[in-house]
Amino acid sequence: MSRLFGGVPIHGLAMLAVCAFILVVAPYFISDYVLSVLIIVLYFAYVGQAWNLMIGFAGQLSLGHALFVGVGAYTSAALFIHFGIGPWVGVFAAVAASVLIGSVVGYLGFRFSIRGVYFALLTIAFAEFTNIIVDHIRWLGGTEGFFLPVSNRETIDLLNLRGSQVMFYYVILALTGAALVLCRLLLNSKLGLYWQAIREDQESAEAIGVHLFRYKMIAVAISSGLSGIAGVWYAFYYNNLFPETTFSTGKSIELILGTVVGGVGTLFGPILGAFILTPLGELLTHLTEEFKLDGIKQFFWGLCVAGIVLFRPAGLWPWISGLLGLDQRRDGGGKP
Amino acid sequence: MPVDIYINVAVSGLLTGLIYGLSALGLSVIFGVIRIVNFAHGEIMVIGMFITLVLFRHLGIDPLMSIPFVAVVLFGFGYLLQDYVVRPVAHLADHMQFLLMAAVAVILVSACLMIFGGDAQGAQVSYAYDSYRIGPLIVDKVRLLAGLTALIVAGALFAFFRYSRTGKAIRACGDNYMGALVVGLNVRHLFALTFAIGSACLGAAGAILLLLIDVHPYLGPAYTLLAFIIVIVGGMGSLPGAMLGGILIGTSEALAGVILQPSLKTAFSFSLLILVLLLRPQGLLGKPTQ
Amino acid sequence: MSRNLHKRPARAGSRISRRTFTAGVGAVGLLAGTAPFNILRAQGGALKVGVLLPRSGVQAGIGQDCQRGVEIAPGIFKDLGLPNLTIMNGDTESNPQIARAQAEKLINEGAQLLVGAFDSGQTTTIAQVAEQKGIPFVINIAAAPPITEQGYKFVFRNFPTAPTILGDAFANQKEVFESGGSAPKSVAFLHVNDTFGTAMQKGIDAVMPKFNMPYKIADTISYDPKARDLSVEVAKAKATGAEALLVVSRLNDAILLTRELVKQRWSPMAVLSMGPGWYEDQYLKTLGKLSDGPLSFVPWYDPNKKLSKQLEAALKKAHPDVNLNTNHIYTFEALLVAADAFKRAGSADPRALADAIRKTNITENVSTGPGIQFNEKGQNDKLKNSAIQNRDGKLVTVAPKAASNAKAEWPMKPYDKRG
Repeated sequence: MSRLFGGVPIHGLAMLAVCAFILVVAPYFISDYVLSVLIIVLYFAYVGQAWNLMIGFAGQLSLGHALFVGVGAYTSAALFIHFGIGPWVGVFAAVAASVLIGSVVGYLGFRFSIRGVYFALLTIAFAEFTNIIVDHIRWLGGTEGFFLPVSNRETIDLLNLRGSQVMFYYVILALTGAALVLCRLLLNSKLGLYWQAIREDQESAEAIGVHLFRYKMIAVAISSGLSGIAGVWYAFYYNNLFPETTFSTGKSIELILGTVVGGVGTLFGPILGAFILTPLGELLTHLTEEFKLDGIKQFFWGLCVAGIVLFRPAGLWPWISGLLGLDQRRDGGGKP
Repeated sequence: MPVDIYINVAVSGLLTGLIYGLSALGLSVIFGVIRIVNFAHGEIMVIGMFITLVLFRHLGIDPLMSIPFVAVVLFGFGYLLQDYVVRPVAHLADHMQFLLMAAVAVILVSACLMIFGGDAQGAQVSYAYDSYRIGPLIVDKVRLLAGLTALIVAGALFAFFRYSRTGKAIRACGDNYMGALVVGLNVRHLFALTFAIGSACLGAAGAILLLLIDVHPYLGPAYTLLAFIIVIVGGMGSLPGAMLGGILIGTSEALAGVILQPSLKTAFSFSLLILVLLLRPQGLLGKPTQ
Repeated sequence: MSRNLHKRPARAGSRISRRTFTAGVGAVGLLAGTAPFNILRAQGGALKVGVLLPRSGVQAGIGQDCQRGVEIAPGIFKDLGLPNLTIMNGDTESNPQIARAQAEKLINEGAQLLVGAFDSGQTTTIAQVAEQKGIPFVINIAAAPPITEQGYKFVFRNFPTAPTILGDAFANQKEVFESGGSAPKSVAFLHVNDTFGTAMQKGIDAVMPKFNMPYKIADTISYDPKARDLSVEVAKAKATGAEALLVVSRLNDAILLTRELVKQRWSPMAVLSMGPGWYEDQYLKTLGKLSDGPLSFVPWYDPNKKLSKQLEAALKKAHPDVNLNTNHIYTFEALLVAADAFKRAGSADPRALADAIRKTNITENVSTGPGIQFNEKGQNDKLKNSAIQNRDGKLVTVAPKAASNAKAEWPMKPYDKRG
């Protein structure tokens, strides 16, 4: 417990508790529409955390994270559709598949010391490659789409992850919470320290004896595994998968925007970013409905994002945590 | 399958590759000097295409004739973009720069959508359907003109960087940033100039491309990815490398389309990218760094 | 309001806590526009129809075209004595995820029926929301068979599935061959590798043998939907020595393909298209004389029906340079189904509406075939497809005979002999 909460100011804990409480009881008070938006928010918050592990903690920029989510999604969906294997078993296979793919990408990248932008392009290349290959795999539906049978809509069947929106809400909420705890624990562990050493200065880290390859691989494995779980949830929530909307670079970008806006390398950045960006999009939809001009929403959305980068280049969390008086904790909060 | 199909396809792939190469030059110049990855690459080119389209529609100017004008407009656009938007984030981490450029891309795409609508539109020149027949070879006139023009523009760019004072100064900034500062070069201006030249290049490529394909707002990302592949394969920052990469990708995609299923040909390019990244990360003509 | 589903607490009466909540997470604006609409739901008056279309994103052009079908509806409904509809527009941004949220949003704002969404992926996610909420959803366009195979009770589709389109295409082709007096012995099959293209390609193996077609498929060539250049594809098709071209494509690639046919000096006996692209306005406008000739075997309208003429006139008035097409017709008919059901149900209660839609029997409609009825799966399986041909920048219907207004020009005039 002390590892989890050590060094967090009391009012910070209180705020966290209040937020958590609000999220837990939220479905009882909000409309289905807001609930559906909240589900997307949490999904992005969760995947953002997975991505953040790789870039923010270990300094490896992946722009193809949709690959890991997609592999998880397709694996679990294939098991369910072809063999009737439910998501709770399927998730193990999905994570294994995602970790495997992640390890291959990571292994190649690190073994051949591909760094920075080049590593990012490598991840893009793998994701787009997979996109086209899955296009041609009939067994996975190809471009025709992979449809999960939708049944038992009126009852909640947690075992097969079939049921109402509220169930999916709580599942993704639990995942987000668990990821937060995991990230916090990892960050405060020895592993987390190694990662941060690599992130800040790879050469020096190596010089003081940090085994670069091993720790980078661990980061990629954990990150892709967590993404794979998100994929399982995604497949069962949306019930249809298309290669283009699963693996494309646009999807990868969508997944990471929130985290970058919230603050890469911070514990709450991915969550904060998701809670800002997705509702921002919805808000803009409302504001611009009257203009009746297609595209105007994305136009303002782009302006907002560019504005955040230009005026809050470290992301929003370090700034907000400063405003809230939370920044005395040097570990989980803002960058040291 | 008859042999002439391979010849035909290879020639047409080569010509298309020259245009791809010109567009990739824009990316390569910017990365080679400023070290920023321009994720709005394709979108800037699409703007060039739309400007060309407007000139053609309303003034009847042939796309090839409008190259100077489009290049100048995008030159100005690139200069301002670098000086007011990109420069402030130059010191930030890759992912912040990336996010900014992605946001710029979104803004450009939606602006195009609002102004021009979502339909694909093209410039129909009088010679659009002409082709030359040389024995078994059929060469499409537009493609030939487009490829040659791309070659000329690229040649002008090489000459500029090799022989002009400004061109040399820009190369100096790219090779040694600190050194350039020390010898008193106006790096800020030169960087903006570089981005401007890169964008002008894209404008020219866009104008040429409009002869071959129709433009719509969402054309950008595919070309961004394509340019990345070309530049990595040819060598980031190497100008001849970008042209070579363009030709290589253009021809090999075309041949892959004949031998394999055409829908798989992009996968072929991506696997080429992966191979080059792993085996020769500096690209075919790039200088090894680090 | 009969909301049967999951035991969720009622959402009424919680506005204060709701506001506190959103303020807490920094999303005040989320509800700014929604709350007042909840009151509207209880009132009588016009049926509120949420129309979800890809108005932005890669499919923006098509979404905007479908919208024209929405625009012309009110005037015609007035003439038909149908009740007025209040249209609420939603933008799926060509993204299934956003489609789902937008469906929730429209329902939340009081939409009593949904229409949409052109794309199969987006349509699937909307269908799930509609089913869960018990709000009727009338699909305008989406050909993926699984959508109406899920046992949904609130989802209706007045659009043929890929196998139906294919079956009718073969039947109509034979009719055209017969009236033209000749038939190609072999074709090259060129298809875009997207949802619709693959579904059609897959269907061919199963459906074609039943029709005893005069031609063989010399080669099947699939290409990327994002293809920038189709010269290779055409060169490959030409090299097969096929007499005609069988295609499933989209607008952009149809234009690219035609240009390549001309430039590579290949004039096939016929271009037989089984999808969009070849008959669209942009195609006709861009290619001028070269756009004449291709035959499209597609979900279409019967030009002899009374309502078709009305629709043509209305569209001509609103958009003089736009030809009536599949996008307009089926979006319009989806609204027609809604208005008709609303009139018969006499209420906007979703269950009553769904029951009314299930009993739909509209014989005075636009699309080819006997009319609009839905089977127990919510699918209109009576729909027929037509064969249309581009002639002088206009579209004529050449098959089936009962729903045609011209005879096919056969074979296609070679591209190099068009002056």
